[in-house]
Amino acid sequence: MRLPCPHCGIRDIREFDYMGHALALERPAPDAGAAVWDDYVHNRENPAGETRDLWYHGLGCGAWLVVHRNTVTHEVYGAQLARDVKGAGQ
Amino acid sequence: MRFSGFRILKEGLTGNKGWRPHWRDPEPKAEYDIVIIGGGGHGLSTAYYLAKEHGLRNIAVLEKGYIGGGNVGRNTTIVRANYNLPGNSEFYSHSLKLWEGLEQDLNYNVMMSQRGVLNLFHSDGQRDYAARRANSMINQGDDAQLLDREAVRRMVPFLDFDNLRFPVFGGLYHARGGTARHDAVAWGYARGADQRGVDLLQNCEVTGIDVENGRVRGVQTSRGPIRAKKVAMVVAGRSSQVAALAGMRLPIESHILQAFVTEGLKPLIDHVVTFGMGHFYISQSDKGGLVFGGDLDFYASYAARGNLPMAEHVMEAAMTLMPAIGKARVLRSWGGIMDMSPDGSPIIDKTDIEGLYLNCGWCYGGFKAVPGSGHCFAHLIAQDRPHPAATRLRLDRFRTGRGLMDEEGTGAQHNLH
Ligand SMILES: Cc1cc2nc3c(=O)[nH]c(=O)nc-3n(C[C@H](O)[C@H](O)[C@H](O)COP(=O)(O)OP(=O)(O)OC[C@H]3O[C@@H](n4cnc5c(N)ncnc54)[C@H](O)[C@@H]3O)c2cc1C
Ligand SMILES: [Zn+2]
Repeated sequence: MRLPCPHCGIRDIREFDYMGHALALERPAPDAGAAVWDDYVHNRENPAGETRDLWYHGLGCGAWLVVHRNTVTHEVYGAQLARDVKGAGQ
Repeated sequence: MRFSGFRILKEGLTGNKGWRPHWRDPEPKAEYDIVIIGGGGHGLSTAYYLAKEHGLRNIAVLEKGYIGGGNVGRNTTIVRANYNLPGNSEFYSHSLKLWEGLEQDLNYNVMMSQRGVLNLFHSDGQRDYAARRANSMINQGDDAQLLDREAVRRMVPFLDFDNLRFPVFGGLYHARGGTARHDAVAWGYARGADQRGVDLLQNCEVTGIDVENGRVRGVQTSRGPIRAKKVAMVVAGRSSQVAALAGMRLPIESHILQAFVTEGLKPLIDHVVTFGMGHFYISQSDKGGLVFGGDLDFYASYAARGNLPMAEHVMEAAMTLMPAIGKARVLRSWGGIMDMSPDGSPIIDKTDIEGLYLNCGWCYGGFKAVPGSGHCFAHLIAQDRPHPAATRLRLDRFRTGRGLMDEEGTGAQHNLH
C-alpha cells in the first residue's frame, strides 16, 4: 500500500503510522454523557469496503492525514490533511 | 462411523473403500431452536457442546463458505494457557483442560501435541515480569517454569544467545502448551456435531437478522429465511457486519494477521518458541515446515492478505533470533481477518436483544480458545447464564470500565493491541 500525502506525494506505507478510524476527529463535548463517550471511544462501524482513517506521516512531514481507502481491496482513493477535514466539519 | 486402529488396518487392507463423508449435507429446515451463525472453530464447538452437554438437538450452523475456510484453517495452531489476568486465566485454563481430553471425546485425531511453549526474555525487567506471569499461571493451577539461560540453551541451542540488542536471559516455559492440527479441530467438531443431529449448512450466508419487539425471531440467508428461537453470532473477523444486521455496533476493529511457512525440513525445533521483542514466534509442523508469524499489519482490513513491510519485519526478527533460518526457503504466506477488541480480550455474552448471543473479540489468539469458547458459549445459550469460567468476558466492560482485561498494559483502546 502507498499513501498520497498532500505535502509529500505518494509515499510507501512504511513511512506512516495508522491511528484508527477518522471518527476520532468527531470528539464529543466533554459533557456529552457516558453513553456517547463509550460509543466514541470503543464502538466502531468497522466497514468492509470504503473507509476513512487517520494516518500519521511520522517518517515524512509529520502531518496527520485522513485517508479514503478500501479495507477489502486495499485500494487508496485519496488523502486530505486531517486539519482541513476537521476545520470543514465545524 | 468410529475411528480405531482396527478400522484403519481393515480399510488399508480393503482399498480404503469403506470411508464415508464425515457429515451430512442437509437442506435447511424452516425452523430451528438454535441457529449458530459462523462455521469456524468456535461455531462448530458451540454446536457440539450444545448437543453433547445440554442434550439439545434442533440446531443449525450456518456457514457462508465452507467448514474450516475461515481463521480456524489459517492460524499457526498454538495452544496454551499462560495468561496473566483474572478473566483470561481461568478461561484459557478451562480451554486447555478440554484440549487435553479432546481426541478421546471427539474420537478424532486432532494431532494435539503438548510440545511446550517457551517465551524468551532479554533483560532483568522482563525476567521479573516472566516470574510474575509464571506465578499467575501456577495460581491458576496451570504449569509454569522459569528457565535460566543455560537451560534454554540446552533446549534450543540454535538461538543467537549473545545478540547485542536482545541477548537471551532465559525463558518462561509452559510444558502443557503446544500445537494441534487446526483443520482437524474444525472437522472433528463438525463430525461430532453432525453425529448428534446438528445440521451443518454450508454456502449459507446470513444476510439479515429478524428482530421483533426486542426478541430475535430468525435469520435471512442466501438459502432462504430460517426461523429460530435463539441466534448465536460467532463469526470472528466478520462480527461487526453480522452484528450490524441486528442494529448493533461492536467494540471491534478487523485487522490482518499474516503467517508464513517454509519448505519441509528435518526436525529442528521441538517446541513453540516466542520472541516477544521481535513480535515473532515459531514452531515446526509435523510435515517439517517451520511455521512462524509476527504482529498485525496494523491497519483495519478485510483483505485476508498482508503487505510487504510486516512480512519483511517478520523475516528480520527470524534472522535476529535464529540466524540458521536464513537457509530455509519460505513456501507460502497468508493472512486472516482478526476481530480485535479494545483490550485485546474476548467477549462471550448476551446482547440487549432477547435470544441473541454474541461471541467475538478473539484477536490473534482464538484457536486455543476453540474448545473453551464453544463449551462456555453453549452453556450461556442453553442456560441463559454464563459458565463460571467465562463470567468476566462481558460486553459491557468497555462501557463501565470494570473488569477490563488488558494483558499488555497499554490501555483499552483500539489500535494498541
Ligand atoms: C495468521 C493467523 C495466525 C493465528 N495463530 C493463532 C495461534 O497460533 N493460536 C491461537 O490461539 N489463535 C491463532 N489465531 C487466531 C484464531 O485463528 C482465531 O481467533 C479463531 O480461529 C477465530 O474463531 P473461528 O475459528 O470461529 O473463526 P473463523 O474460522 O474465521 O470462523 C468464522 C466463520 O464465520 C463465517 N461467516 C462470516 N460471516 C458470515 C455470515 N454472514 N453468514 C454465515 N457465516 C459467516 C466465516 O465464513 C467463517 O467461516 C491466528 C489467526 C491468524 C489469521
Ligand atoms: Zn507528508
